[in-house]
Amino acid sequence: MKVALALALAGVALQDAPRARPIVVASKPFGESYILCEMFAQLLEARGFRVDRRAGLGQTEIAFAALRTSSIDVYPEYTGTGLVAILGDTTRRAPAQAFAHVATEFRRQFGAVWLPPLGFENTYAISVRRETATRFALRTLTDLARVAPSLHGGFTADFIGRNDGLPGLTRSYGLRFRDVRPLLAAVKYQALASGDVDVIDGYSTDGLIARYDLVVLADDRAFFPPYQAAALVSPSLARDYPRAIVALAELSGRIDDTMMRGLNRRLEVDAASVAIIARTALDSLGLISASRATTGVDTSRGRRASAWDSFMHAIVDDRDALARRTWRHLLLSAASLLAAAVVAIPFGVMLERRRRLAEPLVRATGLLQTIPGIALLAFMIPLLGIGIVPALVALFVYSLYPIVRNTYSGVRDADPVAVNAAHALGMTPGQVLRLVRLPLAAPTIMAGVRTAGVINVGTATLAAFIGAGGLGEPIVTGLALSDTGMILSGAVPAAVLALLVDIVLAACERAVRPKGL
Amino acid sequence: MSLTARDVMKRYATPAGPVDALAGVSIDVEDGECVALVGESGSGKTTLLRCFNRLVEPDSGAVSVDNADVRQVNEVELRRHIGYVMQEGGLMPHWTIRRNVALVPRLIGIPNADALVTEAMGLVGFTDASFSSRYPRQLSGGQRQRVAMARALAARPTVLLLDEPFGALDAITRTDLQEMFMAVRKQRPVTCVLVTHDLFEAQRLADRIAVMRAGAIEHIGEPREVIGSPATAYVARLVEKAGLHRLDRHA
Repeated sequence: MKVALALALAGVALQDAPRARPIVVASKPFGESYILCEMFAQLLEARGFRVDRRAGLGQTEIAFAALRTSSIDVYPEYTGTGLVAILGDTTRRAPAQAFAHVATEFRRQFGAVWLPPLGFENTYAISVRRETATRFALRTLTDLARVAPSLHGGFTADFIGRNDGLPGLTRSYGLRFRDVRPLLAAVKYQALASGDVDVIDGYSTDGLIARYDLVVLADDRAFFPPYQAAALVSPSLARDYPRAIVALAELSGRIDDTMMRGLNRRLEVDAASVAIIARTALDSLGLISASRATTGVDTSRGRRASAWDSFMHAIVDDRDALARRTWRHLLLSAASLLAAAVVAIPFGVMLERRRRLAEPLVRATGLLQTIPGIALLAFMIPLLGIGIVPALVALFVYSLYPIVRNTYSGVRDADPVAVNAAHALGMTPGQVLRLVRLPLAAPTIMAGVRTAGVINVGTATLAAFIGAGGLGEPIVTGLALSDTGMILSGAVPAAVLALLVDIVLAACERAVRPKGL
Repeated sequence: MSLTARDVMKRYATPAGPVDALAGVSIDVEDGECVALVGESGSGKTTLLRCFNRLVEPDSGAVSVDNADVRQVNEVELRRHIGYVMQEGGLMPHWTIRRNVALVPRLIGIPNADALVTEAMGLVGFTDASFSSRYPRQLSGGQRQRVAMARALAARPTVLLLDEPFGALDAITRTDLQEMFMAVRKQRPVTCVLVTHDLFEAQRLADRIAVMRAGAIEHIGEPREVIGSPATAYVARLVEKAGLHRLDRHA
C-alpha cells in the first residue's frame, strides 16, 4: 500500500518536476507588478517548483516579447493593456467580453494563455490635487477637458505613447494641456503633491492616491478599456507544465480591489518588503502554510527604513549580492567591450584603405548608437530572448562607434609626412600600416576604447530591464518601489565602476603611446 | 648610376581644369653627377623628381635608372635602392634616431645594418653616440635634416633624390647643411637630383642646373653658363632676382 502510494506520488512528480527547469516568473517595473510576481513565485515554490525571478522587465513591449518567446513563463498583465497596447484593438467591451477576447486572440496569435482574472481591476486613475478639484469644480474627465489648457500634465512615458493613454484621451475628450512632462512612475505622485504638475496618470489600486488625498476623475465617457489583472502564461509553460498552471490558477478570483490596494499601500506607504507582503497575502488567502509565513525571521526587517539605512543595508549587509552584481556588471561590460574592439579596430583600419566607403560606413555605425537602449533591447528579444546574451549584443553594438571612429581617423591622420617618407623609402603598404600608421594611431584608438568602455559601464545598467542582472538591478527595482536607497546602491557602485574603468583604460592609453610622441 | 627622362608628360586634374605638371620633359643625369631642378612653385620640378622613384607615374614618356625602364622594376624594390630626402624630414616620430637611420637597411635585410648606420651617422657629422637613442622630437630642425640625410644614405644607394632638403631651415643652418652635403658627396660619389627654389643653393651644390617653368626645362647647363648667359628672359630674371648676376660679375 505504502509502496503503491509512493509510486503514485512519484508518478505525479514525474509529470512536471523531473524536467525541473526553473519556472521564470517576471514582472513589469512597478510596485504592484512586483508584488504579484512575488506571490506567483512563492506560490509555485510552495507547490514544489523551482522558480527563477526576473522582476522589473522594462515595460509592456519587453515583458510581452519575452513571454511570447518563452524567455519568461508568467507575469501579471492587464486585459486593457493586452487589448489596446498589444492587439491594437480599441473596440469598447465590457470586462467579461474584453477578457474573453484577449484570451482567444492571445492563444490564437501567440499561443500565450491568460489565466482567469485575479479579481481586481487596475485602471488608469487620472488624478488631481484636492484643491485643484475644488477650485475648478472637477469631478469627471469632461470637467477636466474644460480647464486643461491652464494645467500642467505629468504622465509616464508608457501612458504618453499608448493608444489607451494620452493620445486616445485627447481624441476622446479633447484634452489639451498647457504642457505635458514625461515622468517616471516612481516620482509622479511626489511631482503632483509638490505642485510641479497638476494632473497625473495614477493607477486605481495605487496606495498613494489615498495617502496624498488625491481626487480621481471619473471616466464619464468610458474611454478606458477594462483593466482586469491576470496571470499571462507563456506558450511553453502552458504546454509542458499543466501543474504549474493549476497552481497559478489558485489565485484566480482571490484578490479584490480592496485587497490589492491594501498590498500596494503596504509597499508604497508602509515601505514593507515585497517578499513579506507577498508571503502574508498568500498566508491570509490560505494558500501557503501559516507557520512558514509567521516564522519568517526577517519580519522585523520587513520595514524599509530611511534611504540611508536602505543604502547602507544594500552596501554592507548585502555585500555578497553587491559583489555578485558588480562582478556580473564588469563581465558584461568587459566581454562586450573586448568583442567590440576585436571587430571595430580591424574594421576601422580596413576603412582607411577604402576612404570613399569610410564616412558613410562610420556614420552608419554612429546611427546604431542613436537607437535608444530600451528599443534596441526590445528589438532583440524575439531573436535572442532575455538575459545575458541580448545584453551582451546590445552593449557590443553601443561600443562599436567610438572605436571605429577613433581607429579610422587615427590611422588616416597618422603623421602624413612620416607616412609619405615611409612610402618614398620603400615600405610596402602593409609595412606602412604596421610600422607607421598603427603605432602612431595607437593612443587615439585606445582613447576610443576608453570612451566606449565608460559608456558601456553606464549603459550596462539597462541590462537589468531584460533580466541580465548587474548593478542596474537595484536601480530598476528601486525606481519601481520608490526606494531611493536601493537606487543608490546600484547607481553609486556603477559610477565608481565607470570611474575605475576610466582610470584603468587611461593607463592602457598611456602604455600604448609610443615613446617618441 | 645614370638617370634619364624622355618626353615625360604628367597631367593633373584640378578644380580649374587639367594642368600639365610635366609637358614633355627630357633630361639626362650622368653617373655621379648632381643636377639641380630650379623653378618656382608649380614649375613641375618636384613632379619630375618623383618620377625617378615612381612616386609619380608619368602619363606618357619613359623614365629609366641605369638604362633600365623604372616600370620594369618593382616600385618598392626601386625605392629601397634610391635615397630620398624631403623638406620636412619625415622622420618616424616613434622611432629613435638610430632606428630611423636603420630603416632602409632593415627593410632590405642587410646583415650588417648596424655598421651601415654608424657609418651614415658619421657621414652627416653625428659622431656623438648619445644622439642615437634620442627621438626626433628632441632634435633641432637642422639636426633632423642631418638624420634624414643619414637615413637616405644608410643603405649606400647610388642615387639620391632631394626635395628641397634645406628649404625649411634658417640661413645659418642651411649653410652648415649645404657644406655637410658637399662633404658627403666627396666621400660618396652618388648621383643626385636636387630640387630647390634657391638658385644660389643650386649653383653652390650642383654640377648642372635645369631651370624649369610650366612643366618644361627652360635652360639646362653648368651654373656658370646658366648664370652668365641665361637662355631666356625668364631665366635671366630668375638670376637677377637671386642677385647672382652681380656675384658673377665680381667673380
